[in-house]
Amino acid sequence: MNPLQLVFLATGGLTLVAALMVVLSPNLIHAALWLILTLAGVAVLFVLLEAGFLAVVQVAVYIDAIAILIIVAVMLTQRAMRPQPQQANRAWPWAALGALLLFLGLAFLLVQVPGVSAGPAPLTASAEATLEELGKSLVDVNRYVIPFEVASVLLLAALIGAIVVAIPPIRGREGGGEG
Amino acid sequence: MIPLSWYLALSAALFCIGLYGVLARRNAIAILMGIELMLNAVNINLVAFWRYVTPELIAGQAFAVIVFAVAASEAAVGLALIISIYRRRHTVAAEDINLMKW
Repeated sequence: MNPLQLVFLATGGLTLVAALMVVLSPNLIHAALWLILTLAGVAVLFVLLEAGFLAVVQVAVYIDAIAILIIVAVMLTQRAMRPQPQQANRAWPWAALGALLLFLGLAFLLVQVPGVSAGPAPLTASAEATLEELGKSLVDVNRYVIPFEVASVLLLAALIGAIVVAIPPIRGREGGGEG
Repeated sequence: MIPLSWYLALSAALFCIGLYGVLARRNAIAILMGIELMLNAVNINLVAFWRYVTPELIAGQAFAVIVFAVAASEAAVGLALIISIYRRRHTVAAEDINLMKW
């Protein structure tokens, strides 16, 4: 058991406990704070996997933007859920059973795949070279420029769509349909 | 040395926890949080396979970046929809949003 494994086990355990609290916590603000801890644990895992740039993006996009967005949305809507403190729906035992079955199936597949107990292959390039390669591959016509462009169009559409959807309804027509 | 199977087991567990959150929660925002957990599990898998199987190709990291973009758009549109629904119907419980249920 070397230090890296200890770090992995501690981070992984913390991530899973925090993720469980996200789906079980009765208070949504607490769930959102546990979500931040989960996302930070995943960022540490990216560092362990020597993908430092993705760890930075994880902090900047997930913790900084998405988690804050979720917390603001919870604060804007929390009054609605206060009279009904029960957060799980009637079918939650079936949901738990389905999730457990999926996990057992994945674990069953996992032990059958060859080579999963192997260590990492040695990195041939330095971290800077890997980052440069990542940047070039995203705009290279022969590689991933199409997914990159699709992602940018999707982001633009989401930006405009979020603004259009969240515009307050026009006064006098409330309840009458679209604003 | 950390075996690849540890990462895969962790990511499978995280995905299943997120799936439970999506299926069992009543609040639409909590359902979105479950989706974020599942997307994170996918990202761990992508980066782990990149590091352990094909470190000389950059595909795993490139697609992890694209998953980030999709997650950001999904959170923005999803939360805008939820806030819009809350303004009109004063609820965020998924089973009360049944206007289009036939």
